[in-house]
Amino acid sequence: MNFKLVIWRQHGPDDQGEFETHEVTGIDPESSFLEMLDQLNASLGREKKQTIAFDSDCREGICGSCSLVIDGTPQGPHQVTSCQTYMRDFIDGATIKVEPYRANAMPVIRDLVTDRSALDRVIQAGGYISTTTGPQPDPNSMPIAPAVQEEAMDAAICIGCGACVAACPNGSAMLFTGAKVTHLNLLPQGQPERADRAFNMVSQMDEEGFGGCTNFGECSRVCPQEISLDVIGMLNREYRKGVAAQKPKHRAKMTAQ
Amino acid sequence: MITLDARIPEGPVEKKWQNWLDQHGLVGPRNRAGKNVIVIGTGLAGSSAAASLAAQGFKVKSFCYQDSPRRAHSIAAQGGINAAKDYANEGDSVRRLFADTIKGGDFRSREANVWRLAQLSENIIDQAVAQGVPFNREYGGSLATRSFGGVLVQRTFYSRGQTGQQLLLGAYSALQHQVAAGNAQVFNRHEMLDVVLVDGVARGVIVRNLVTGEIERHAGDAVVLASGGYTNVYYLSTNAMGSNVTATWRAHKHGALMANPCFTQIHPTCIPQSGEYQSKLTLMSESLRNDGRVWVPRSPNEDRLPGDIPEVERLYFLEERYPAYGNLAPRDIASRAAKTVCDDGLGVGGTGRGVYLDFRDAIAEHGRDAIETKYGNLFDMYRKITGDNPYETPMMIYPAPHYAMGGLWVDYELQTTIPGLFAIGEANFSDHGANRLGASALMQTLADGYFVAPHTVTNYMTKSGDPVGTDDSAFDTAQDRVESHIASLVDVGGSTVAQDFHREMGHVMLDKCGMSRTAEGLTEALAEVRRIKADFWSDLRVDPGVEELNQSLEYANRVSDFLELAELMCHDALRREESCGGHFREEHQTADGEALRDDDHFAKVTAWEYRGDEGDPVPHDEELTYEEVKLATRSYK
Repeated sequence: MNFKLVIWRQHGPDDQGEFETHEVTGIDPESSFLEMLDQLNASLGREKKQTIAFDSDCREGICGSCSLVIDGTPQGPHQVTSCQTYMRDFIDGATIKVEPYRANAMPVIRDLVTDRSALDRVIQAGGYISTTTGPQPDPNSMPIAPAVQEEAMDAAICIGCGACVAACPNGSAMLFTGAKVTHLNLLPQGQPERADRAFNMVSQMDEEGFGGCTNFGECSRVCPQEISLDVIGMLNREYRKGVAAQKPKHRAKMTAQ
Repeated sequence: MITLDARIPEGPVEKKWQNWLDQHGLVGPRNRAGKNVIVIGTGLAGSSAAASLAAQGFKVKSFCYQDSPRRAHSIAAQGGINAAKDYANEGDSVRRLFADTIKGGDFRSREANVWRLAQLSENIIDQAVAQGVPFNREYGGSLATRSFGGVLVQRTFYSRGQTGQQLLLGAYSALQHQVAAGNAQVFNRHEMLDVVLVDGVARGVIVRNLVTGEIERHAGDAVVLASGGYTNVYYLSTNAMGSNVTATWRAHKHGALMANPCFTQIHPTCIPQSGEYQSKLTLMSESLRNDGRVWVPRSPNEDRLPGDIPEVERLYFLEERYPAYGNLAPRDIASRAAKTVCDDGLGVGGTGRGVYLDFRDAIAEHGRDAIETKYGNLFDMYRKITGDNPYETPMMIYPAPHYAMGGLWVDYELQTTIPGLFAIGEANFSDHGANRLGASALMQTLADGYFVAPHTVTNYMTKSGDPVGTDDSAFDTAQDRVESHIASLVDVGGSTVAQDFHREMGHVMLDKCGMSRTAEGLTEALAEVRRIKADFWSDLRVDPGVEELNQSLEYANRVSDFLELAELMCHDALRREESCGGHFREEHQTADGEALRDDDHFAKVTAWEYRGDEGDPVPHDEELTYEEVKLATRSYK
């Protein structure tokens, strides 16, 4: 198969950047999108031209390193990660546009590589259960119904790729944050820190420059793990409770009659 | 003269670890903030060790080459994690898990280490659940377990088919908790390129900031390598694109011995290769063999669809050959059996290198819903990659390089032959012998990271002496070495990218130092690897900028180390004149094609000393003694 690629090139964070056009030929339909880019890079190398930088690691859809925007859709057209997007799903001879994520809180480092460390900082603000290594209670002393475990798992499978942020017109990370809050809040282990968790994570999200949710739903539509918009509902509920919990509590006063 | 002393504590095997714990040195709480620990890698071993040491109050610097610690390749582990909890009431015990692991490793691992691993397995599950890891549950809410290859009990705990992901996110969140607490610092997009030794003791590391290209110095009272395994030496493997041997190899070059490098695992259930351009292979969890049946058509000229082939014309080769364990035979045995039927011309798929993994009978017996609950995400993944629906047609699988049992030699305290340098997780050699059983990698990485290294590193730091600053001349020397290596890669100025050399080397290694090996093939492989290495250093192309993000440089740097490791693997495979576990020498097999061990000469660990330009690597042996299990021919029939 042959393709014309219109690819974003940007030397560094402060560089303005521009699109560059490349032709690739003789691509096997079974190659993944990234393997197609590997072949382009090999030929650029042979011509002693600068290769194209893009992130990838596990190439089986679980590490979340992939961060391409293919023809305008974060991760690609099929709601799977870029590494699991195959050339057999494109039309032979097509022109394909490849861009990095574009979001306020995730600046471009080079070409198609972006800085997503803001997502780590959102987790640092509360995306964990504050326990340390040591003797712990027997897990069966704390039964969890399979239905609850399944629901928590549906949120816990987030791969942290940031496609939700890239897809959102507001550049919001609420699907990402909501997924973590939902995972932990559904489980008994997550209850003690429940109120503070949502409040602190949302505060960090704001600080990083992520936008707020206005119910476009684009995030869930591109999410390779198909995380449901419900997690944003959960985040909003938990955040309201969290705000209430943050208010200083005044002791009720007795008034003399 | 190097003597390998594993420093195994006194006492009966079940008391050794407790005896060690009772006597090890402690650092007072107020002094801990003055001790710095460097941890390389943020997979299960690295994240859990960094989080645990930080929680004790030490200052931890954690490094990963990925853009976030959560992306380390432990995330891709699917099937589960073993623990001797006996929730299924089958009479499981620490001794049984120990014995299964020793036997599964074909009697080439150290008894005391494996016993400790089995003991700690129970704590790991408790720890993970406390962090909020959502393990699968039974209807009453208790933890669910399933069975894995090479064992007769159900001791494997799992989170759907994403156990590694959930365990890693647990360890990652524990690490982030410590970052928030101010005890740990994470350096993402930083790759370790050298270890700094002062008077033979590890005192720090040289890393490259992959974004700016800056070469940085970091000093520490102890250095912990948790940088994973090296099966990317085969080019196509189930490892991540970035998985590499650089950290451990550079340590090896400074005197850390490399143990059993030829012990690599070829995993039986992976999606077969489909073309030359392919960059990696995808594993399908071994847990699928619980319900899937492995078969090939009996006739080499079969052209019917699998569903149309009647029962009598199917060869269920694992069930026929190993009736006791059937489809759950250990990995090395299952892989070789698949290779054998494909060599006999019975393989399926476009390349003829594939066998069926069929769920027809399991779906008929348990219903589609039950299978979906257990394996839903694996089936989805298979469908996404191949376009076939495994609920309707059998999967096609073939073995692929997956795991390195070999690694840096460590003693009982997980310390390498360099004082102050520790190796944990897949980076060390210690617990899996010549073959790793399924669901044991997660167990070992987390045992090392949560429960062993935090204590042994502490113990070391009670006597590590005064720290050394980054202005020490040893850091100058190390930085010069790193910078000149980088410059030499760029200066080659050829026109072939590193990936092409990597692919070529991988072909040679898989063919001649893979599932089956001969003295002749290994000798040829040595010559071919040396030729590829020479080509690499005369025609490599790397993008020129070194003070910026340069992925072609990162890749070439890793391949330069793989090329050296490949030679060592061939030396090791040549010297080990026996077949055991994943190391199958065709010269040493029984009449019916099973591995033939030579316990009289090779019941030992071979740890190699680097000599560089001065000559071939030098082997040193650690004798293995067995008191708790009887050395026996491994039979799964």
